[in-house]
Amino acid sequence: MNANQLDVAVDEQLSNKARWVWEETLKLHRRAQETRVASSLSPIEIFVVLYYGGFLRQDPRNPRWDGRDRCIISKGHGSLCMYPILADLGYFPMDELEKVCQEGSFLGGIPDPVIPGYETINGSLGHGAGVGAGMALALKRRGTDQTVYVVTGDGELHEGANWEAFMFAAQHRLDNLVVIVDNNQICMLGPTDEIVSHSDLAKKFQAFGWGVRGVSDGHSVVALSEALLECQRDESGKPQAIIANTRKGNRVPGLENAPLSHVTAIKLDLIDQLLGEGQ
Amino acid sequence: MSTMQPPQVRAMRDTLLLSLYQAMLQDDDIFFVTADFGSPVLDKIRADCPKRFINVGIAEQNLINVSAGLALEGFKVFAYAIAPFITMRCYEQIRVNLALLSKVRSINVNLIGVGAGYSYVVSGPTHQCYEDLTVIRALPNMRIFSPADQVVAASLPAKCLASNGPKYLRLDAQVLPVLYGAAAPDFDLGFYEHKQGEKVCLLATGYMVHTALKVADKLAASGVSVGVIDLFDLCSFSEDQLQSMLASYQGVVTMEEGFRGRGGMDAMMFDYIARRGMDIRMLNIGVEGEYHFELGERNVLHEKVGIGVAAVTEKVGRFMRALPELKSDLLMSTKKLTVKL
Repeated sequence: MNANQLDVAVDEQLSNKARWVWEETLKLHRRAQETRVASSLSPIEIFVVLYYGGFLRQDPRNPRWDGRDRCIISKGHGSLCMYPILADLGYFPMDELEKVCQEGSFLGGIPDPVIPGYETINGSLGHGAGVGAGMALALKRRGTDQTVYVVTGDGELHEGANWEAFMFAAQHRLDNLVVIVDNNQICMLGPTDEIVSHSDLAKKFQAFGWGVRGVSDGHSVVALSEALLECQRDESGKPQAIIANTRKGNRVPGLENAPLSHVTAIKLDLIDQLLGEGQ
Repeated sequence: MSTMQPPQVRAMRDTLLLSLYQAMLQDDDIFFVTADFGSPVLDKIRADCPKRFINVGIAEQNLINVSAGLALEGFKVFAYAIAPFITMRCYEQIRVNLALLSKVRSINVNLIGVGAGYSYVVSGPTHQCYEDLTVIRALPNMRIFSPADQVVAASLPAKCLASNGPKYLRLDAQVLPVLYGAAAPDFDLGFYEHKQGEKVCLLATGYMVHTALKVADKLAASGVSVGVIDLFDLCSFSEDQLQSMLASYQGVVTMEEGFRGRGGMDAMMFDYIARRGMDIRMLNIGVEGEYHFELGERNVLHEKVGIGVAAVTEKVGRFMRALPELKSDLLMSTKKLTVKL
């Protein structure tokens, strides 16, 4: 994607896709109520822009294609929304979505790289940045122009290993590493600020030697696209962070920004009602 | 076996790193990552392979994660740090990004841990390492190599490069006597028989192989012949061959420089013997389960925790006396043993 493509049509196309992914995510949650749906509704637009917006070079028919850009979905529990995206793109058949969390399915409540399109183990938080930094270093040593994207959550950034990785990435000028923070600002037991506050996350990244871009509305496909484009254009040599302010449980009444939404299931009749409104 | 020149006496890490340095000169796909832990040999790697040498700083969690990332991109990685830190500071990273990930992605990451057992004698229990065999062998897909001398250590890089998967190389920090000066052991077996004995075999790993040889000499002076086997591949030794070798013995004595009875080599042998239905009694020699802050020479510390030459000799003597088959025919020799000990 380039700046000229950020026109109304692209906005509409990506927004429609995000809306479809939102609906499909609710359908998955209807089938498997144990899934972490609130955490999976906040990063939808981030993934849609990456996967449909032309940022991620990929070959769904050959998920481990050498020439691909890497996307590490570090907040694995909050990526139920990736299942319809990967199926829609052709990583696996759409009918697999019907089997989510069922015996014999590879689509579990927390995804692992048995799912075509997933790169790493994602169930335990705080690993993506370090593994991504290693991949970014390797790709640089190989002399390729590929980018490693890591999607993480703000709660996940409590894990100290992230900050070891952030120091490392800056030290080695891994400008092919982009960390996108799904900054929904809610952990499992309440607002991040009330648990252990990140204070000013942008300043922290800056202090660690990163280029930082804030996206005030992380559900705006245009704003996210612009931030990703700016990362592509950046010539500072620094690794890049995008802090996208999002809403946990986005657009679900009673769930959106609810402090204890993390393991809350959406009642089936509400899902029906929401999907009815959306169809 | 292949014949070799008698080597210059060095620490295990130095012979291993020299081999690895030679391999890195030939193979651009080898990466070396250290957690700010050095060796004179590292200077050669850093000087001659600067693009494939990375110091992550004192950050073992990141050491493992970066190594996993490099390996996912096809590099064969050697990660290097002090043994307790590279195994336990970053255990979850090893579990998730090496043991678990290697089930679904092909990666070759080799953890070089220096400082097995008490080898950092004066540094105390933070730097000493008695739990690593237990925690690493708990993880499926991990292999453990525990060399007893610099020659086996030197052969490890080639072994590790030849097969994918995560591995832990448990190295002693001290310069130890060379055991394999004339010939390197057969790596496919995973063990080497130093001595044949009559009723009991000492099955030791790492530094404890040296202790076992001394114990065997001491017992031999009393007229008692025990076998000594160095088990250096703890996860994929030839089970059939070892069983054949142990078939002539009535008792086996495991010897490890790690906690006894907490899931280390002794537990591995319990499983092995039970699983294969072997008719053999077992005695386990290991650090009696407590941390110690006392200072002293390694052999003195070993005696305090029950794994020194005198302590092991006494325990083996008692073990032999308790073997029912030995009650009559060893009466004389055990009496003699008691007097001499």
